[in-house]
Amino acid sequence: MSSRDLRTRPSGRRPEAGHPAAGRPRTGRVGGGLLDPGQLLVSLPAALRKLDPRAMWRNPVMLIVEVGAVWTTILAVIGPSSFSVLIAVWLWLTVLFANLAEAVAEGRGKAQADTLRKAKKDTFARRLRGWTPGAAALGEEEVPAADLRRGDVVVVEAGQIIPGDGDVVEGIASVDESAITGESAPVIRESGGDRSAVTGGTRVLSDRIVVEITQRPGESFIDRMIGLVEGAARQKTPNEIALNILLAALTIIFLVATATMQPFVIYAKSANPGVPDSAALDGNGVTGVVLVALLVCLIPTTIGALLSAIGIAGMDRLVQRNVLAMSGRAVEAAGDVDTLLLDKTGTITLGNRQAAQFIPVGGVTEEALADAAQLSSLADATPEGRSIVVHAKETYGLRERSPGELAHADWIPFAARTRMSGVDVDGRRLRKGAAGAVAAWVREQGGQVPPALGETVDGIAAAGGTPLVVGEVRPGPDGAPRAEVLGVIHLKDVVKQGMRARFDHMRAMGIKTIMVTGDNPLTARAIAEEAGVDDYLAEARPEDKLAFIRAEQQGGRLVAMTGDGTNDAPALAQADVGVAMNTGTSAAKEAGNMVDLDSDPTKLIEIVEIGKQLLITRGALTTFSIANDVAKYFAIIPALFVTLFPGLDALNVMRLTSPESAILSAVVFNALVIVALIPLALRGVRYRPGPASRLLRRNLSLYGLGGVLAPFAGIKVIDLIIQFIPGIS
Amino acid sequence: MGSTTAGIVFIGSLLLALAAVHVPLGDYMYRVYSSPRHSRVERALYKVMGVDPEGEQTWGVYARSVLAFSLVSVLVLYGLQRLQGVLPYSLGLDGVEDQVAWNTAVSFVTNTNWQAYSGESTMGYLTQMAGLAVQNFVSAAVGMSVAVALVRGFARTRTSELGNFWVDLTRGTLRILLPVAVVGAIVLVAGGVVQNFADPHTVTTIAGQRQAIPGGPVASQEVIKELGTNGGGFYNANSAHPFENPTAWTNWIEIFLLLLIASALPRTFGRIVGQKRQGYAIAAVMAVLAVIAVCATTAAQVVHHGTVPQAAGAAAEGTETRFGIVGSAMFAAATTLTSTGAVDSAHDSYTSLGGGILMVNMMLGEVAPGGVGSGLYGMLILAVIAVFVAGLMVGRTPEYLGKRIGAREIKFASLYFLVTPALVLVGTGVAMALPGPRASMLNGGPHGFSEVLYAFTSAAGNNGSAFAGLAAATWFYDVALGLAMLLGRFLPVVLVLGLAGSLARQAPVPASAGTLPTHRPLFVGMVVGVAVVLVALTFFPALALGPLAEGIR
Repeated sequence: MSSRDLRTRPSGRRPEAGHPAAGRPRTGRVGGGLLDPGQLLVSLPAALRKLDPRAMWRNPVMLIVEVGAVWTTILAVIGPSSFSVLIAVWLWLTVLFANLAEAVAEGRGKAQADTLRKAKKDTFARRLRGWTPGAAALGEEEVPAADLRRGDVVVVEAGQIIPGDGDVVEGIASVDESAITGESAPVIRESGGDRSAVTGGTRVLSDRIVVEITQRPGESFIDRMIGLVEGAARQKTPNEIALNILLAALTIIFLVATATMQPFVIYAKSANPGVPDSAALDGNGVTGVVLVALLVCLIPTTIGALLSAIGIAGMDRLVQRNVLAMSGRAVEAAGDVDTLLLDKTGTITLGNRQAAQFIPVGGVTEEALADAAQLSSLADATPEGRSIVVHAKETYGLRERSPGELAHADWIPFAARTRMSGVDVDGRRLRKGAAGAVAAWVREQGGQVPPALGETVDGIAAAGGTPLVVGEVRPGPDGAPRAEVLGVIHLKDVVKQGMRARFDHMRAMGIKTIMVTGDNPLTARAIAEEAGVDDYLAEARPEDKLAFIRAEQQGGRLVAMTGDGTNDAPALAQADVGVAMNTGTSAAKEAGNMVDLDSDPTKLIEIVEIGKQLLITRGALTTFSIANDVAKYFAIIPALFVTLFPGLDALNVMRLTSPESAILSAVVFNALVIVALIPLALRGVRYRPGPASRLLRRNLSLYGLGGVLAPFAGIKVIDLIIQFIPGIS
Repeated sequence: MGSTTAGIVFIGSLLLALAAVHVPLGDYMYRVYSSPRHSRVERALYKVMGVDPEGEQTWGVYARSVLAFSLVSVLVLYGLQRLQGVLPYSLGLDGVEDQVAWNTAVSFVTNTNWQAYSGESTMGYLTQMAGLAVQNFVSAAVGMSVAVALVRGFARTRTSELGNFWVDLTRGTLRILLPVAVVGAIVLVAGGVVQNFADPHTVTTIAGQRQAIPGGPVASQEVIKELGTNGGGFYNANSAHPFENPTAWTNWIEIFLLLLIASALPRTFGRIVGQKRQGYAIAAVMAVLAVIAVCATTAAQVVHHGTVPQAAGAAAEGTETRFGIVGSAMFAAATTLTSTGAVDSAHDSYTSLGGGILMVNMMLGEVAPGGVGSGLYGMLILAVIAVFVAGLMVGRTPEYLGKRIGAREIKFASLYFLVTPALVLVGTGVAMALPGPRASMLNGGPHGFSEVLYAFTSAAGNNGSAFAGLAAATWFYDVALGLAMLLGRFLPVVLVLGLAGSLARQAPVPASAGTLPTHRPLFVGMVVGVAVVLVALTFFPALALGPLAEGIR
């Protein structure tokens, strides 16, 4: 099973399949899943079950539609006509489409939950009695995993399933965590340090570990994951609550507006006694069917129907990126983040330093230095050593020689004591290593160290790089060995590709990026400048991070960070968005409000984008929904009253066929627009990083202006079709 | 000068004059409400009231102070009217009838000034001056206090204190309304408005009948009637009466006065929050809505297809010839765009579309520029709603002026904009459903309906202008409109103060490139859009059965 297959749905395409988590070009959109028509069908039973009023209670806007649908159904049964029956049918469809949106969004999570459930087998745990560190346990007993309590100590051996979440307190083992992360390569878990956390449901592949359980029964990581992806644990987020209040207020206003219309109409009808009754209007005012139709068209059904689907899909988009948010609140907070704390290593720079330049000293040529540097590094398997060989090949065209070609060479491996590595071949003795060590070696061999070397070395260090010096001893013209310094290799942190552009985007979005590093301030500044972050925190200790986050929050800013170590936990807890790496300790995972299963710190940037996209989608559909009302007013109101006041036909700007067709068209449009927007709700609206003013202009013209205009066209088209239904025109 | 040119000069000069005083008056009001010093008179007043002027109030205390002060005001005003017969300067008039006294007391305390009575034949001089005129000042000052408290909510951080209502009330009255009123009254007197305590003149008309012509302290009442966006006329004919508004010049001055404070308050707002451009943006929203409304009203009056208007060149019915069509239309638009409700022409006689636009002006919430204070807070609520709806589209929790608009804030704002439409529509609905209130309509058909709709719109919006035609001096209308006025004033006031309280508590969110800019034309357009789509369109069904049904042919 490949790393991401676990996250796929049972059917349909996966949009993000296999994209590399890091280094993805940032010009693209934050994607999501596309809608598969088959999925609608699959979700239909769930959507039907949601028609239960007790389930509808959570969504007052749609509950009103359902109540209206019930009432029109009763009216249609009492006085059947093709008009009343069709209105009733389409009102039911409106409710159903709304439920369908939610069901489809939940359905995606269900598939993931099922996979996770398989991992959550009923296992037995080997609980140790009276275990203390360093001592043998008093005894062992077999208990069901479900009975484990916090603080219990269990032993797990190769081939066994770890019975619950905890920390390794003794031993080291390789663990297959594919059930959780989808990553099939085993990981190492050991006691002490930052890789001690194990997750229940994963399998120990080798060795034996003793694990102290840190979870409460039924609250394991897998349990929470299942709850999250299923949406069962979903609570309304702060913005969602606020939006719901606004939608409820709008609903009440329109309820008042339609209900109070009745006495006005009765009066107007009685003042025009010559006007015959119609399906829309009689002596008792507007008929019940039409009144409900008008109300449903005016209340914000579009956003009301899609609101929860948007929230679920937002979480789902994170899950697709192997990020688990512990609450919707955290996802929303990610959109609001003002300051990003990014660890230098692994996030901004590649993990290792690389050779960037060969700087000869004295009369040595660059080529000679490159040759010497390459030779001395051939047997150096460290990434730094490899990078020297690669740089020599790419820049100076030196063919990479394999150690085997130089069978008679004597390789000297790196030793911490000498801080040098090198090779003795054909009478030449080459050494490469820390500046001081190599200089001392050259002096020892009777050579001179030119003063220029010191300057070069200091210059590289000041610029944030690491200087390696290459020295050589070889027979001189007189046969006596001659030692000299050939030059310096400039190793530097390599900033990941595209990071500067990403940080520029962040800046345009108003987000400040802070690089956190243990380097000295000089080095930190050089890398910060090269990467294009706004600021840096040098020589940072965990408590510095915490203090920095507090200071930012004091200024009203929201802070996001990543972390893995136990000492990161306070900062992770303090941050508004704390993303813990799955490889990290359970303390870190407890403290953060998100866990990245890929343990990729760069993902923080994507998380922020997903958070923003979630909010934008809600805002866009709210605006669209409200803007729609303009056209619906112009479709229904003139149609309704035109018999009473023929002059109102001038407001019938769409020239709809008849009052019945106008009202039905508006209702049908209102229902269809929900279906049409389900993919948008699940996928999220297109998001490009940029300043707020540009986003606003774009979204306002698309969803605001578009929302005003689209229904005019849509209702007209529907009217052209339904006018052929008998009894409608 | 042709009438078109005269009209353009009239409106243009008004706009120029308002623009000219915008900054100095706005800055002056900013200093009034921010100054730490108290004058000697104010100190004396605070001592009498038993108020510590340095003590700040939470939103709850501020709101209770507003309500307590208003309750006492209603009782005093009610008492003055009922006891009029035994008090001096009554002009021999008896105590005011029960339900009219209640309606009038509520009407003047809520800054509505709906008049279910005829001024000259109901109220004596004492009631006019010690009762009605006093309320004209303090009800306006209450509105300004509430607006300033809301603005402080935006400006302040991590506090529960919103200022002191008694200080704001006193300062608004003594330092802003009173000086301008004194100058304005002198200007009006110079323009021919009467000001005396004489008994009515009795004259013999050409037809030989004897007629009593009442004088009175009119100019002093007139100036605060406009300045405080009150609108309650000394005479029944209000500003159409030649003693209240004798010439086109006084007409200009009265329109200027009724727009003056409300249009300068955005500047005060900009100063208090420390971002003048935010004040300009709010002023721009008001200006856009006002200009559209004025143009539409004028156009509806000038370009009409009725037989008589076409023959006369414009819809002249119900207007005074000394003001002309444009002068009247401008006054009508200004009085409904603010919460004034003074009239210099009969709105009932306007073309149906013209009358409809006057209603829409009020339905917008009287925010362009609105009543003194109430216009600003109404507009800021619209801005909050606009920020919330469209603000999510920039991918952040909506913020306005560095304050997050969360569940609590949106609750207050949504309830605020629920109040007026609900009062208008429910009130009109009940009236139309009952045979008695229906019988009060002068006209049948859509026009009669417009009369009722207008009355409730005017009352709930605290405007006070009447569409005429409706015989509103009945038990039902006195009580129902009184309730609409009371709820239409004080529910929003409490909600605004609640919003102010929750805003003031917040820590500020620093602005960044990711923050929704609320000073750009795009935002101005958004607020205009919210006002039109969310507020005005709510009334579309009602309008379709009233003015639109009547006006579109």
